[in-house]
Amino acid sequence: MFAANFDYYRPATVAEAVQLLSTKENAKILAGGHSLIPAMKYRLAQPSALIDIGRIPELSGIRVEGGKLRIGAMTTHAAIAASADVKAHCPLLAEAADKIGDQMVRNRGTIGGAIVHADPAADYPPNLLALGGSVTAVGPNGSRTIDFAGFWTDLFTTALAPNEIVTEVTVNGYGKGTGGAYADLQHPASGYIVVGASAVVTVANGVCSKVSLVIGGATPNPVRASAAEAALTGKAPTAENIAAAAALAANGISNPIGDSFASGDYRVHLAKVLAKRALTQAAARAQ
Amino acid sequence: MAKVIGQAIKRKEDPRLITGEAKFLDDIQLPNMAYVAILRSPYAHARIKSIDTSKAAALPGVIGVFTGKDFMDINPLPCAWQAGGVKNNVNTPRVLEPEKVTFTGAGVACVVAESRYIAEDALALIEVDWEPLPVVVDAKKATEPGAPQIHENAPNNIVMEWECGDAAAVEKAFAEAEIVIKQPLINQRLIPTPMETRGCAAMYLPYTDEYTVWITSQAPHVHRLLMTAFVFGIPETKMRVISPQVGGGFGAKIFMYPEYPLVAALAKKVGRPVKWQETRSENYRATTHGRDHITELEVAAKKDGTVTALRVHTYANLGGVLSTVAPGIPTTLYGRLLSGAYHIPHIYCKVWGVYTNTGMVDAYRGAGRPEATYVVERAMDLVARETGLDPAEVRRRNFIRPEEFPYAPADNILAGLKYDSGNYEPALNRALELAGYDEFRKQQAEARKQGRLLGVGLSSYIEICGIAPSAWIGLPNQGWGAGLWESANVRVHLTGKVVVTTGSQNHGQGHETTIAQVVAEELGVSVDDVIVQHSDTLGTPFGYGTYGSRSAAVGTVAVYNSLQRIKEKARKLAAHLLEAAEEDIVYEDGKLFVKGSPDKAKTIQEIAAAAAIGYSLPKGMEPFLDDTAYYDPPNCTFPFGTHVCMVEVDPETGAVQILKYVAVDDVGNVINPMIVDGQIHGGIVQGVGQALTEGAIYDENGQLLTGTMTEYAIPKASLMPKIIQDRTVTPTPVNPLGIKGAGEAGTIAATPAVVNAVVDALSHLGVKHIDMPLTPQRVWAAMQRN
Repeated sequence: MFAANFDYYRPATVAEAVQLLSTKENAKILAGGHSLIPAMKYRLAQPSALIDIGRIPELSGIRVEGGKLRIGAMTTHAAIAASADVKAHCPLLAEAADKIGDQMVRNRGTIGGAIVHADPAADYPPNLLALGGSVTAVGPNGSRTIDFAGFWTDLFTTALAPNEIVTEVTVNGYGKGTGGAYADLQHPASGYIVVGASAVVTVANGVCSKVSLVIGGATPNPVRASAAEAALTGKAPTAENIAAAAALAANGISNPIGDSFASGDYRVHLAKVLAKRALTQAAARAQ
Repeated sequence: MAKVIGQAIKRKEDPRLITGEAKFLDDIQLPNMAYVAILRSPYAHARIKSIDTSKAAALPGVIGVFTGKDFMDINPLPCAWQAGGVKNNVNTPRVLEPEKVTFTGAGVACVVAESRYIAEDALALIEVDWEPLPVVVDAKKATEPGAPQIHENAPNNIVMEWECGDAAAVEKAFAEAEIVIKQPLINQRLIPTPMETRGCAAMYLPYTDEYTVWITSQAPHVHRLLMTAFVFGIPETKMRVISPQVGGGFGAKIFMYPEYPLVAALAKKVGRPVKWQETRSENYRATTHGRDHITELEVAAKKDGTVTALRVHTYANLGGVLSTVAPGIPTTLYGRLLSGAYHIPHIYCKVWGVYTNTGMVDAYRGAGRPEATYVVERAMDLVARETGLDPAEVRRRNFIRPEEFPYAPADNILAGLKYDSGNYEPALNRALELAGYDEFRKQQAEARKQGRLLGVGLSSYIEICGIAPSAWIGLPNQGWGAGLWESANVRVHLTGKVVVTTGSQNHGQGHETTIAQVVAEELGVSVDDVIVQHSDTLGTPFGYGTYGSRSAAVGTVAVYNSLQRIKEKARKLAAHLLEAAEEDIVYEDGKLFVKGSPDKAKTIQEIAAAAAIGYSLPKGMEPFLDDTAYYDPPNCTFPFGTHVCMVEVDPETGAVQILKYVAVDDVGNVINPMIVDGQIHGGIVQGVGQALTEGAIYDENGQLLTGTMTEYAIPKASLMPKIIQDRTVTPTPVNPLGIKGAGEAGTIAATPAVVNAVVDALSHLGVKHIDMPLTPQRVWAAMQRN
């Protein structure tokens, strides 16, 4: 629990942060620090330099633009969970943020830090992927947007270049006629998900006109349950139809993660059970 | 005056804890202090071919780098409780292992540096040439032919083969039995996880050749005795051991660990005060674990639910080396409790203590008694299942009757002791009433029709408290060879204020409050006028410390005995001052007066002043009200009770939710009900943790997979509903206070209550048993199998 030596920088602007990240050897961005600092204390991470982006004002805050939420990368989970804008335009995201860790973690941890860490057991990725949206990243050559669908590329790995910083997360909102729900089973020690299912369902004229279902925790990155989505789309959200669709929820999962707490087979089973629960609740909320 | 004993007064120790004033080990800061970090083995079983410390020693800020070879003049740690069957196969840790390691986390080198950060940097520069050896982590497999041999002096890795009871009588009972049930049970390994990890600070004065050592200790006198007389080979008078504020122990802080003599020796070697504070990762590997039994349970019974015999075979994993009292836990504190609360005509228990390539195993809250209670309480439910009787009814039919006390369990399994007192059925009935048991059974049947899984579990436990009697704990070849008596000194100072010193050690139990209550009650002084001092070998009489629920039933009784002699002397002095005969003196509410003349009273404060001034004492009386008592109780005490747990199991995920938890405990007389309730409350949550979430897992290479708090699941508040508590009171005749002890009851009772409830919820699916922890996957898998 004693980190190795490192240099500490606290830039005032994103440009300065990008400049430091590009020039300092073996540098890491420090956001909320809730994953990086423990890794450093175990000496699993030994960055030579930390670039603390905690005092760059434009990185925090939540705006609504054209039905989308634009959330600064340094916005805390607690702020997202409590935000009236998030609750109004994307209640599922507020619910997911409120499930992360405990109150102390939510007060310090940030959405940017969480999604860049790309932990397979994190709460945001399956929910963001189900909701749809993108990540804005700034590097030496300017800014670009990366769709959530292409952002998480492997275990603890994202599409970010080594010298890019996430500045904003854009999430699609939803309104009347659409419901979102997140069902998960948490590890009793870490509080991370073993498996989580995130569903966004639009119901029109008594049928599911649009279904988005993503499973997290079972694989290195969240997986869209396309077969289940297709099975429910165009159908009435009855218990039978939802159960039939949920039975397909793990079709996209190959080589599921297994450990001493939950085997791969059990995770596959959970994916189907939790998908059913998330779809049921989402459909109910849509009506 | 209102009685003070029995009042829920607020704890005297809380203000300093709540405000953060209390000083823990890591708060100790001495001038010119240096810091220690320890290099620990990454291998579970390996020989050390060589260690190169030169790069580490060259790092700026490093004061010294040491290996096991630097401490060959220091003895290996003692194994103080060599239970029956332990012979010439004792292997204990050295301060740093010089040749070979037998578990991951064993210390092999250390760095002393100007800061802990530098010390940790230097650890990374130490180069060890390892020769890995084959590994075995499972206690049963370790005894099988072909298993890796961990110690040359322990063939088949066996530490001891121990037995109690009557094998032949049990054999006969099984042959005649109407019902025979066999059930393998695993009582999994637990990691104690006190909030504060262990630590040690030391300074050495060369001109007097004396050490002062601060240890996170539950038993500072024992630590001093073992470290000086056994490890260093110096008189105990050359060392002062201080246990500062200790943040929980659960047994794990009783023992002698390599780091304590190491840190003391380092203070001498580098000529500066040094400190080592364990990290949580070190704690999970290098501090003792608890439980870890593989058991084959066999029950013989009649069709009417009467149990006729119990046969228990247990492999107890004791780790790679033996901790201080390791062999005593799965023997004396386990096998001897296997009659539980029941009249079982014949019992036989055999235990194999086994070396494996895992961390040391020793006493953990309950220590042997939770393991025994788990066996007995699962047995009662298995009998209920087999006979179709209600589990409560099976318990009633087998309970020891009130008129049978004092009760000697069958086949002398309790080695000469008898259960002191008990009345088990009222506690069971009260628990069922508070739980709404009959109503719940109806709800359960209704819920099953809707596919919901409700279950209720009982645990009618007993336990052994006041672990002390020399006649039992000192038994040759069984006990640890000495009585665990406890001491107290009471002084009433000139101003009438009372100072009590005790050999027991307060690390959360509330001694400073409860002992003050007993003093206030006996002397008739205010609780505020009593100070209880402990935890420093300078200034307290020798005592064996705090564990085994013994501080009230043994330590506080020593205080009580001192108080009686103080009162006797006060009466004598009052008689002298009042010019009356001693037998005419009445002592009431802190006043001493001649019978019939309460207006001419002397207060205890006036008597204390007269005794301290010492000017006009009766002939032959020594000045001062001061008395020291050493108390060796004639028997242990045997608290009991019934806990009821109600659960709902998620039929799709296997997740368990506790709906209701009721605890009715009988711990004899109660000094402070708030503290007793709190002890039981915390104990219950720990017991629930074992049932549902906790479990240390080593992989086949001896790596601890649950090595941090993100993998090892201690119970969280969200796991628990509000606990409903009540008590019955059956005082013990063993001591004059009638106190039995309450420190471990919750942990002992809770685990089987929860497991019985979950199995009950799934009983109609054919599930008879699930091994702990009852994680969602295990519960789900059990449903799939049946």
